Amino acid sequence: MSGRLELDFSYFPGCSMATTAAESNMSLMKAARILGLNLIELEDWNCCGSSSAQTMCADLGTAMAARNLSLAPPGRPLVAMCPRCLHYLRSVQARLKNDPETRRDLEERWGRPIPLGLEIVHFLEVLVRYAPGRLQQNVKRSLKGLKFVPYYGCTVFRPPSLAREKYYQGEMENVLAILGAQPIVGAYTHRCCGSFLSATDPELVTPLVNEIVDSAVLAEAHCLVTACAMCQLNLEIRCNSMVKLPVFHFSEVLALALGAQDYEGWFARHLVDPRPLLKELALVA
Amino acid sequence: MNPPLPQEKTDGPMPEKTDAPMTIKPGERDRSLAAEVRSRSGTNFNCCFQCRSCGNGCPFIQAMDHPPNVLLRMVQYGMDREVLESETIWVCAGCHTCSSQCPMAIDLAGVMNTLRIMAMERGAAVAKPNILKFHEEVLGSLKRYGRAHKLGIMWRYKLKTRRWFSDMDTGLKMLAKRKLELRPSRVKAIKEIEDLFQHYWRKGK
Ligand code: SF4
Ligand code: SF4
Repeated sequence: MSGRLELDFSYFPGCSMATTAAESNMSLMKAARILGLNLIELEDWNCCGSSSAQTMCADLGTAMAARNLSLAPPGRPLVAMCPRCLHYLRSVQARLKNDPETRRDLEERWGRPIPLGLEIVHFLEVLVRYAPGRLQQNVKRSLKGLKFVPYYGCTVFRPPSLAREKYYQGEMENVLAILGAQPIVGAYTHRCCGSFLSATDPELVTPLVNEIVDSAVLAEAHCLVTACAMCQLNLEIRCNSMVKLPVFHFSEVLALALGAQDYEGWFARHLVDPRPLLKELALVA
Repeated sequence: MNPPLPQEKTDGPMPEKTDAPMTIKPGERDRSLAAEVRSRSGTNFNCCFQCRSCGNGCPFIQAMDHPPNVLLRMVQYGMDREVLESETIWVCAGCHTCSSQCPMAIDLAGVMNTLRIMAMERGAAVAKPNILKFHEEVLGSLKRYGRAHKLGIMWRYKLKTRRWFSDMDTGLKMLAKRKLELRPSRVKAIKEIEDLFQHYWRKGK
């Protein structure tokens, strides 16, 4: 890493990335390290509030997300990978700008300021803003031959509060194309994966997930690459189509191309084993 | 120029929980519901012209008792009870498909969120109790650990809803792949989280 500038970011993993999607988290950290992006985990973070807290009690949801903001050291942007976490962290920050009373109450409770100017960004934005050159320099394993459907899911840029900010449309394609992969068009890229209904009403979600995966099969893709760890899980566990495709989290493919060697542990955790595909393309030994 | 009547539904009979037939008498409309939803959601839906783009795009419409566009019209008609006791508001996953397809830029997902919160505040009967139980289990986990512990959530959820055998196969597969962590990851300063539950949970309600 000779003399290369390291860039510091605070990093909010969120519950999915920290547990069920540990492979996404490990690969994200790996990829970031190779690119000289220093993701410093937010000390003692808590759940962003999630749909459940935001639904059951908006005040509690606000307070949960706000605590994370109060833990972020000033002077470096806060990065999230989970689209829902990003959505809640940002919308709560916006809410508190207009609600000084709640903000003061929370700040006094914790004895910490809630930084209203803190920049909250998605990992994709970090890549395209700070690292396009570094991507090119660090390709160790070209993804040539890998045909993927970029699956953004419903949250990355749909909620109106996020849509007014950075528009992430096309960024997964941009990044993975730099690394040699081939984006496939014509499949469902933004249909909802079922979210929590996958846990409560699986019979409702399966046909929708099948439609998404079938559309990728029809478009002759090898796999789907998701921007969200929950989407990744839902597309894997709820699909019962005849042909199942491997579903990667974006960070796994990224780290693979950047030369990560510890992929065995990540891919063994998949419910649809991606290793035969990667072997066929000579991307892994 | 008459708007479609709210009882116009795409399928099935009216839910039995309504005592009276869902008819609207001109002059008896209560507009306070619409005003409250408008101000709390920050979404002005007066300009909805019932084009049904939202309903056509909603991935979960089959599981709803009223399509999203009809529900919006019911809000405008002041049908508090039917709206807050609908299945629609609980089935809605907040995917924002409707909001992004609406030609009038109405944030219907935001309206749905406001309606769920209002339903909880007013103690409305919840038409999809299993979804409510799930949210409650997530909150329980947040209260205990500050983070969502999925194995614990699914275990308790299954215990409460007694849906043991639906889905067992998937649960086992996930466990085998260690996707459901046995031990929860937790917040160290858990007192701060407990304190938030104490002060903010349905505060003043
Ligand atoms: S898409 Fe918008 S204008 Fe059309 S029915 Fe739905 S809310 Fe109304
Ligand atoms: S946000 Fe809710 S109502 Fe709108 S499309 Fe998604 S599930 Fe349907």
